[in-house]
Amino acid sequence: MSENTIKDKVAIVGVGETTYYKRAQAPVSEFRLACEAILKAADDAGIDVRDIDGISGYANDRNDASRLATALGLKQLSFAGMVWGGGGGGGSAAVGNACAALVAGFAKYVVVFRALAQGQFGRFGQAPVSKDISGPGAYTAPYGLYVPAQWIALRTRRFMHQYGINSEPLAAVALADYYHAQFNPRAVMYGHPLTREEYDKSRWIVEPFHLYDCCMENDGSAALILTTADRARDTRKKPAYVMAAAQGSDYRQGATIENSPDYSASNFKTLAPRLFEMAGITAKDVDCAQIYEHFSGAVMVSLAEHGFCKPEEVMEFVTFENITAPNGKLPVNTSGGNIAECYMHGLELVAEAVRQVRGDSTCQVPDCKISLVASGPMVTPVSDLIVHSL
Amino acid sequence: MAEDKKHYLPEGLPTPRAMRNGLDKEYWEAAKRRELVVQRCNSCRAFQWGPEPICHKCHSFDLGWHKVSGRGRLFSWVRTWNPVHPALRGACPYIVAVVELPDADNIRMVGNLLGDPAQNPPFDVDVEAVFEDHGDATLIQWKLSK
Repeated sequence: MSENTIKDKVAIVGVGETTYYKRAQAPVSEFRLACEAILKAADDAGIDVRDIDGISGYANDRNDASRLATALGLKQLSFAGMVWGGGGGGGSAAVGNACAALVAGFAKYVVVFRALAQGQFGRFGQAPVSKDISGPGAYTAPYGLYVPAQWIALRTRRFMHQYGINSEPLAAVALADYYHAQFNPRAVMYGHPLTREEYDKSRWIVEPFHLYDCCMENDGSAALILTTADRARDTRKKPAYVMAAAQGSDYRQGATIENSPDYSASNFKTLAPRLFEMAGITAKDVDCAQIYEHFSGAVMVSLAEHGFCKPEEVMEFVTFENITAPNGKLPVNTSGGNIAECYMHGLELVAEAVRQVRGDSTCQVPDCKISLVASGPMVTPVSDLIVHSL
Repeated sequence: MAEDKKHYLPEGLPTPRAMRNGLDKEYWEAAKRRELVVQRCNSCRAFQWGPEPICHKCHSFDLGWHKVSGRGRLFSWVRTWNPVHPALRGACPYIVAVVELPDADNIRMVGNLLGDPAQNPPFDVDVEAVFEDHGDATLIQWKLSK
């Protein structure tokens, strides 16, 4: 690997989260939630929030960087970046952009954040209502194809058909998420364990996804503070060093009307090799993984594309025993993930990866050194991140 | 039988309109004539879908339209149980299909698979286009080939 890398030059030094609320139940505005999470992250890092001079966001975040900088009294704003695309594909990319800005010397402390208050704004799981439609939507909406659950189900079913996979790996992901959430008081589903029987009996949303295969819709905010490795030595908590980050998309995967050439791909096929090359490790070295699950089915595809198993091995690899902490072969979504902790568009997964390598997760993987995050499978762009402890 | 209904899904979903810039005008006009046309590059003959102003293969801006047979292959399908639009309350479950067109570089189209919403057709089975009129717009739907 050349010198031109972010590896170990940047660390995540602070994590801040508001209470995670059920959808539309946040008692305060989305903008205030963002401010609260950023203040908490600065406190966790042991820095003055006013020293933050960079802001990195994704998924068309409604909370404008300049407004945040003004409200929080930042001394200066020297970097502000936003990743293209909606959904969670930009979660790790926003961290990657923060790393790039720090290594380039654009900023000294960059905050990555996500804030959501769906009571104040619209829902993601419902279609907008209009009389007419034109453009790509004219080829899908009149057929009742509207929402991510359907897009991801179509792709997941094709993958399952190709590799002879039944619903067992999907159930394993949902049950593992709920299992991990029972240890995590931050989780919206803390205190609400899920049994296999309840999973099987739950209503279909869109086949093959039962209710519990789908992420929640939540209100809240999460924020992470990043700084350069030399400054990280002075912060309060053990730093989580960024080993590698990757973002992007494969050939024509943004094609509209279900025309992505590699239809059932989670879209990490070109990212994962770049990620592991930068990190200088292989999938075998990863101690736990945080894999974005808007819907359970995307997890098995993502795990396969990162080389944790072959697509033909999904049935043997993606089992409840293998993906649960502390003793699974590869614990996945150890805080409960989008399905049972909260749906902060996956930024809570990055926070959990940091906790795992700091050693303060509520479902700690013993001696966890390396944690991988995969953000937003089956959308475009997607992104990846590996953090580790030194 | 669902096939006897005039429309697979109830009224109230948005009516498709051609784009204001004219990019897909020919598709919607052909559908009214009960023809399925798809975008094809006049320069390199590559097919692409959805319509774009540039050919993804050779970057020509000289794009045209090509009439295809309406024969397709059922590439993927899902059954939706949760009404994602107010017009779909009471209409669930229904099937959304993704169909490949073998005589057009396997470009894909979306439609409903007509017939019983409880059916479980195999993947890659042959389907054919059906034209469903909605006032001044015509939707292309799909049914299993006999």
